[in-house]
This record gives sequence, C-alpha cells and structure tokens, in this order.
Amino acid sequence: MDTAHGCAHCGLATPAGHAYCCTGCESVAAAIGGLGLGEYYRLREAAAAPAQAPGAVPAWVDDRELASRVVKVAPDGSLEVELLLEGLHCAACAWLVEHAVAKVEGVSAVTVNYGLRRARIRGPAFSLRALHAVIRAVGYESWPYDESRIATVESSERRALMRRLWVAGLGMMQVMMYAFPAYVADAGEMPADIESLMRWAGLLLTVPVVAYSGSPFLAGARRELRARRPGMDLPVALGILVAFAASAWATITGQGPVYFDSVTMFVFLLLGGRYLELLARAKASRSLQHLARARAKDPGIAVGDRVTVRNGASVAADGILEGTQDATVSEAWLTGESRPVVKRPGDSILCGSINSGPAFTFTAQRVGSETSLAAIERMMQRALDERPPWVAAAQRAAGAFVACILVAVAAAVVLQWNDDPQRAIWIAVSVLVVTCPCALALATPTALTAASGAMAQRNFIVTRAGAIERLAGVTDIVFDKTGTLTEGRPRLARSDVLGGTRQQAFGLAAALAKLSSHPIDAALATAFRGEAAPEAAMHRNFAGLGVEAMVQGRRVRMGRAEWVGLLQSPPAPRPAAVEATTTWLGDANGWIAVFFFEDGARAEAAGAVRELQARGLKVHLLSGDQAGVVARFAAALGIGHSEGAATPERKLAFVRELQSNGARVAMVGDGINDAPVMAQADVAVAMGGGADLAQLNADAILLSDSPADLAAAAGIARKARRIQRQNLSWALAYNAIVIPLAFAGLVTPLVAGIAMSASSLAVVGNSMRLRS
Amino acid sequence: MEILYLLVPLSVVLAFVIGASFWLAVEGGQFDDLDGPAISIIADEDRPQ
Repeated sequence: MDTAHGCAHCGLATPAGHAYCCTGCESVAAAIGGLGLGEYYRLREAAAAPAQAPGAVPAWVDDRELASRVVKVAPDGSLEVELLLEGLHCAACAWLVEHAVAKVEGVSAVTVNYGLRRARIRGPAFSLRALHAVIRAVGYESWPYDESRIATVESSERRALMRRLWVAGLGMMQVMMYAFPAYVADAGEMPADIESLMRWAGLLLTVPVVAYSGSPFLAGARRELRARRPGMDLPVALGILVAFAASAWATITGQGPVYFDSVTMFVFLLLGGRYLELLARAKASRSLQHLARARAKDPGIAVGDRVTVRNGASVAADGILEGTQDATVSEAWLTGESRPVVKRPGDSILCGSINSGPAFTFTAQRVGSETSLAAIERMMQRALDERPPWVAAAQRAAGAFVACILVAVAAAVVLQWNDDPQRAIWIAVSVLVVTCPCALALATPTALTAASGAMAQRNFIVTRAGAIERLAGVTDIVFDKTGTLTEGRPRLARSDVLGGTRQQAFGLAAALAKLSSHPIDAALATAFRGEAAPEAAMHRNFAGLGVEAMVQGRRVRMGRAEWVGLLQSPPAPRPAAVEATTTWLGDANGWIAVFFFEDGARAEAAGAVRELQARGLKVHLLSGDQAGVVARFAAALGIGHSEGAATPERKLAFVRELQSNGARVAMVGDGINDAPVMAQADVAVAMGGGADLAQLNADAILLSDSPADLAAAAGIARKARRIQRQNLSWALAYNAIVIPLAFAGLVTPLVAGIAMSASSLAVVGNSMRLRS
Repeated sequence: MEILYLLVPLSVVLAFVIGASFWLAVEGGQFDDLDGPAISIIADEDRPQ
C-alpha cells in the first residue's frame, strides 16, 4: 500500500507516524488490501499492455468476488485466509512456506498443514497477490482454498507423479537388461566393444530418468540449498547425482564400474514410495473433509433471506424455521444419527441438515463461514494446524541430522579417496541414500492426522493440538451432566386418568398420538399401541401446541395444558403441574388424562461405561440433578462414584481433588455452563448437540453426544500414542543401525534405496493402521 | 554378435516409443482413477443414457 502521501486510503493528512488518518480508513484499507483490491486498481491501469509472460500471475489473486468468499474477517478486523499449496512434498516444505509467508508484511500468523496441504494465514492486512507471489518465490504454487479445486490439484499432482513413475520404471527395466550381461559374464568373456555399447545404451536411458523422473528431488535439493536449510531431498539428490556422474565418467573414459541400474531403480523406488504416500495422504484428508462435504453447494444466501428447502435438499445456512408447520430434518452430519428430528416453528435449523419431510421455509441467520458446520470445520482445522512444540523440535532436529550426515559423508570421502576412490564414491552414495530423516519427521504428524481422522468418523472432533496425547493419558472421566448418558427421547413414565375410564382415555390418546410426528406423541403412540383406538376425523396439528381431532362427535385436544384448556369455558381446574414433561388430554367437558414422560438411559450407555472402565478409567458422574435420581441412574449404569445436587464450585473442587491425587481428568459436559470446571480438567470434551458450536471452548467435541463414541475415541487416542512411539523408535533404530553399516561400506546403493523407501513407508503405513 | 549393434540401439528407440505412449495414456486421464472403474463396471446402469 502506498503510504508516502498522507492517509494510505483517502489521502488526507495523517498524524505523524501513522499511515491512516482515522481508524475507519485503516480498517477499510485493511479490508481492501486483504481482498487484493489495491492491486486490482493498479493492475487495471496497466491492463492495456498484454501481460501474458510465462508463469503469469493467475487471475484469482485479483478476483474480488472470490476474495470476499475466501477471506474471513474476524470481529477485531484481522483477516484470515486458507490457501491450498501445490508441490508440497515433505514436512520441511511446509516449514519453508510457513517461514516465507510469515515475512510478508501484514501477516501475523501462518500455519501450514502438510497432511491437507493447506496454509492458514492470519494478519491485520495482506493481499492474496502478495501471498501468492511469496509462495511462488519459494517454489510452490498456491490456490485459494475452495472445495471444488481440491480434486483438480490432487489429480494434476498425481498425474505428474504417475508420468515420472512410468518413465523411471521403464528406464529401470531396460537399463537392467543392459547391465545384466556384465553381471553374468566372466571376466574377459564379453568383447570390450559390446560392453561399451551396453554402457552407452544404459547412459542414454538413465538421462531421462535422472533429469525428468528425478527432477522433484533435484528441485527440492536446490530449494533447500537456497534456503540454507538442509532437508530430506538434499542427501537423495546428492546420491543420485554422484552415482550418475561417476557412471557417466566411467562410460566415457571406459574405466571403472557403472551404477546405471542402481540409479534408475533408486529413483523408481523413491517415486513409488512417494506415490503410495500421496494416495495415503489423500485418503486421510478425505476423511477429514467428510464434514465439509455436508456443506450445501449454494453460497448465495444472505442473512435474513427466507429460504425454501425442498424435500431431500440440504440446508445451506443456519436459521430459524418459519411458518406454522413442523419440519422434519436429518442432522446426521452433526449427530451421526440418521433418524430425522422434528423441528417446530421457531426452532433452529442447522446448515448441512437434510430435509427429510415436506418442503419448509426458514430465515437465514448465519451464512457461509459463520455457520455451525463451518465452525466445526475451523476448529478441526485449528487442531491440525497447531503443532505441539516438540513436533516442531523434532523437525528442526531432522534438519540438523541431515547437516551432520553431509559433513560425515564429506569426511569419509576425503579419508577414503587416496586408498580407493571407487569405494569412496560407493560409500558416499549409500550413506546419502540410506539416511532417512523422513521417517523421523513423519513419525508424529502422520499418527496424529490419522488419529483425528479416525476420531472424526466416530463423531469425536479434536479442536486443540495436544488433546489426543492428553486424552491418551487420562485416568478419570467425569460426566458433568446426566444428559450425556440419557437417551434424549421421552418415554412414557406414568399416566393419570382424570375423567372417564382408563380404556377410553388411552384409546383416545392413541388415536390422537397417531396423527402427530412429535417425539412425545410418538412415545405415546408406542406406549398405547395395543389400545383400541376410536376413529378420529378432521384432525389438525397446531405447531408448538398439540393436536386436535373430532372423535365420536367430540372435539378432543392433546398437548399443552393451556391450549387444551381453551376448549372448556371456563377452563376446568387441573392438578398442580409437576416438574416433568407432560402432555394433557381433554375435551369441552374437562380433563381426560395427563401423561408424564421421562428420559431413560441410552441403550449403549451402560456398555460404554463398561468399556471405559475396562480401559482402566474411573468413571464419575457429577450432576446438578436431585441426589436420589442421580444415584439411581449411576447405579443402573454401573458408575462407581456419583454425586447429585453438585454446584459448579463443588464440581471444580472435585476435579481439583482428583488432580491433586495424581489423576488426569477428562470432563464431559456441555461446554458452556461449566467453563471453570472445563478449564480445570486436563481434557475438556463438549457435547455438540444443541449447543452453539461456535462458542464452545473445549479440547474436543462429541458431536453425537453418544458415550460409546467417547469410549471409542479414548481407545483411538491410546492407540495413537502407542503408534507414535513405535514410529519414533523405529525411525531412530533404523538410522542407528543402517548408517554405521553404510559407512562401513556394507550397503550397496540399491539396497540403500530400498531400505530408505521402506522405512518411510513403514512409518506412514503404521500410522494408517489407526484408520481401520 | 554384430547384430547387437542393431538390436541395442533399436531397444533404446523402442523404450522411448513405449515411454511416449505411456505418457499419452497418463495425459489422457487413463490413470486418474485407479479404483473407480473397477467398481463402476459392476454397478448396474438401470437407466440407459
């Protein structure tokens, strides 16, 4: 932005040392800069000259409409954007981009996710164009994160890799044919001219393999050199080049051994490993994107719009149901529960729900990136982006490790050169190829990414980095409310007949209940399935009130007491209301019956509690409900320790007490009412159902509210910790064993190539076991 | 053995030809989806296009 003359936005005089005349200009300019508009106007003046240079800046950096869609503005005016990165092929690349972008003016925070190949950039003001330019300058291509783009980038990357793989594979096979006679022939058996012919043919086919198939490694090494940050490509590229140069020299001079077969096979194996890794990574990121896919494909809704949703269509925004009719929607994306939920007028409708009933109309309240769906996505993303500090330390260690190896190799070559130059080259190539910082660097991130993917499939969303590790170490689980363990569906507990016989009352109730789809009426219909229901006619559903029908010539209503009472004039006195869910049945002559409902324990709750206990976890139930109810409930579920009528202070004290005895506590609650307790717990798990997801402050969210999923997540967390440790010890052991062998000259370059690819794949493959 | 002077260069040329044809196949999108076609051939096409 031009700050030389007055206010950068409007040109008025500015206070000394300020770029803007007022905060209004400042925020507008920040937004404009963030949207790339300043660049846009500058570019328009130059638009007369055709700017079609090779590698031209793509059009999206100046696309205002797109920018307004992908750049999110936080309440404090700071901007946030997600870019998709192409060409990222190792964790060190992610690191490089992170550091390059962090230097851009107006960027305050940047995190790059290698697994999803996305960069999340935050800052007071930046332009997409500048971000794109700096990312390109360090050698990567970037796109604004857009669902529909992902498939394209992935497939073009996969195609390029596939082409390289074919070239390398073909070259490898053919070069081996030329090398074979030299292996089987006895000394002097093969004429010198034929041997030379074979070598030249091998050289000819190795050139494209090194130059084309091996180019990702060479380019990566060049990048690492330029950034003075030795990474994984540098030793590999050096190994390829040294072996190739030595062989080419031997071919030209006609002296010394050739390694063309080793070089081509090495490139092929590396590319093959990389291809498998690409497939595995695509798979992992797909499972994290299953939420994103629930998002409806219609972004053109504004707050306050009235939107009609057809049967079978998905809802594109959060909003409030309008009109007088109930709506039936499936919130499977949120709860994992495919059974439809009945919404009454005034209830909230969530983005991503599927309309499973007749068409309904709702008023949009939150759209686009403000919806609950987007909030969950963001929280998941944040957890993936935030890296625990020791992971970053491991990556730095990998860089230092490569530097040490390079120094050691140089020393070994110098020492060996006078004795046996051929052996020196051999050792150098083997050591360069066999060292594998990849396994070291990949050990933790792959395990964590795979674990959060597996948890997401069980409706357990990790929102903070480190939550998986902490969950793995938990010893006590405290359920903060009974709602965690109850069914959430009413069940008929008791019925009081107030007029007429039981049979008549139950028959009437059954007849009316059949006419409504409300959960309470459904519970009644189930309870009275066996009753002889009289014929009901002219029925009408009154949303939020109840159902009315003509039965045997009488007008009968069932629903809210006040509304049923309107039939009678004056309303007949009714028994005092008890603290329970009730529905009333009555006609013009007075009350007929009242039904009480209660919430039963979830069918799977007892099993889940047992599963948690079987994992060695102590389960507690703290609840503000009546002590007797809580104790009965806990006993039914086999929960060892329970406390009723617990105040928030008592809950906090309880958790502190547990912790002071060395326990690590996971707290399961609704995430809003019990903020202090949740903050005190080692892991706070919020129940997603019904709560305003954007406001949740928890380490993880249990979307389905199902304790079985919680037990599963606890299991996955422990498995992830185990796998992560296996990965790290494997990577360390591999390098500890294989590097001395290579220095001793006991590993051929070919074996080194196989071992190195295998060690990386072993780490990735081990992590993928979490996803079953 | 003189025939090798013909056959070896020929094999190099052949390798390049095969490489080029694979290249075209990849460009044509034949390797974009390695899992889908295996399933789509089993899937019934109830409605003729």
